[in-house]
Amino acid sequence: MKQRRVVVTGLGSVTALGPDVKTFWSNILAGKSGISTIERVDTSDITTRIAAEIKDFDIEQYMSRREARRLDRSAQFFWVATKEALEDAGISYAEDEPAALRAGVLAGTGIGGVETFEEQMNVLTERGPSRMSPVGIAMIISNMAGGIVSIDFHLYGPNSTVVTACAASANAIGDAAAVIQRGAADVMVAGGGEASITRFALGGFAQARALSTNNDDPQGASRPFDLHRDGFVMGEGAAVLVLEEYEHAKARGADIYGEVLGYGMSADGYHITLPRPGGAGAARAMQAALAEAEVSPEDLSYINAHGTSTPANDATETAAIKLALGDAAYAVPVSSTKSMTGHLLGAAGAIEAVSCLLAMRDNVLPPTINYTTPDPECDLNYVPNEARETEVTTAMSNSFGFGGHNVSLVFGKVTD
Amino acid sequence: MDRSDIEAKMRELLVEELGLDEDKITMEATFEEDLEVDSLGVVELLMALEDNFGVQIPDEEAEALVTVGEAVDLVAQKLSA
Repeated sequence: MKQRRVVVTGLGSVTALGPDVKTFWSNILAGKSGISTIERVDTSDITTRIAAEIKDFDIEQYMSRREARRLDRSAQFFWVATKEALEDAGISYAEDEPAALRAGVLAGTGIGGVETFEEQMNVLTERGPSRMSPVGIAMIISNMAGGIVSIDFHLYGPNSTVVTACAASANAIGDAAAVIQRGAADVMVAGGGEASITRFALGGFAQARALSTNNDDPQGASRPFDLHRDGFVMGEGAAVLVLEEYEHAKARGADIYGEVLGYGMSADGYHITLPRPGGAGAARAMQAALAEAEVSPEDLSYINAHGTSTPANDATETAAIKLALGDAAYAVPVSSTKSMTGHLLGAAGAIEAVSCLLAMRDNVLPPTINYTTPDPECDLNYVPNEARETEVTTAMSNSFGFGGHNVSLVFGKVTD
Repeated sequence: MDRSDIEAKMRELLVEELGLDEDKITMEATFEEDLEVDSLGVVELLMALEDNFGVQIPDEEAEALVTVGEAVDLVAQKLSA
């Protein structure tokens, strides 16, 4: 049986770089940082006071106040990105439309409704269980982003949520493609949402010594692969792709951004937060994705790295790319858009997939900004500081999560 | 607190705490049909009444409320008891 091909026909995003994909992408290509001093929560007693915070998000532009107050900020982001992606794809379903039964959702998130969790935990502690919100649980659970978009956009097919930390939305895209490949759906909304700029999450990540403390220079704080990197900078937002079976997309004359060619996964099997030294785990995910895509390392146009700007990740990922690609590693441009977006945790894989697809559409490589001092351990071509125009026919995106989850996705231009 | 005070406070909490549409709130409006308050919303209503008026309302009394006016009546009765 010939395998069903999966293409991308819609994109949506909300990030600190803009409320939609168009603004996001123009800021990425301009090398702008979305990082600033945190305003939403009190950080006076936290070692990190910067993030890629979305300052002017107004959910009431999109839904009533009543609907909005039943959704955690993370699900609100996912909802907005889903709306944009479906509109971009030219897809909308009525409640009783048979096609809606063939459209599903695969969402990813790192920690789901953590802001609501904190609020409700405070209510429990201060006022007792009888004052807790009856919608609190529905807001906290990680699958509600996927649930609410299935309700509001009439997506009645397969619906699931992946929770693999910072690899979650990369997994969601890969898993969604697999759902279409095996014939269980024709259209899948896939991506992730995260809203973890909260005291609980900032405090916890700070205690894990994972965050940059470069509070005096927010825009220079996320500096992947640079010698002076000192941790990741948290971001927030959502990104969503509309995946569609190729013949289905062609039949309705949809614009196609690219094809999902390969999906590789592996487990480090090493440590709860640290990557396996030498990068063998991550390398296996890349190799698996390239093998499924039938793309040789020499034919890979671009790698969007996980590139978190932590000392451990960037050195290990560099080693992993060399392990996976061999000598070709030195020729393939690698960049980390987290230098601009911050780290969207469970939404990172999806926003980076958006960058890969737009890099192919526009034949341009997004830069790694703040790259000023080379690290001897990071010796690849990181597209420093400025976007570069070049033909991009294939792109790989890496995403790694606490727990040792490694995911690589390979996308390709559709030429036939 | 007289009845008009209770009505004004009721209106305010339905908008502020339950997020209901102010234009739809009348004393005759029904929670379920007109204001689309679901079973989770009934619990929010109960908590909002208890917090704002300092009264105790058992679940079954909250669930029995059909209109906004009935909620005002219930609060008035609790406050005068």
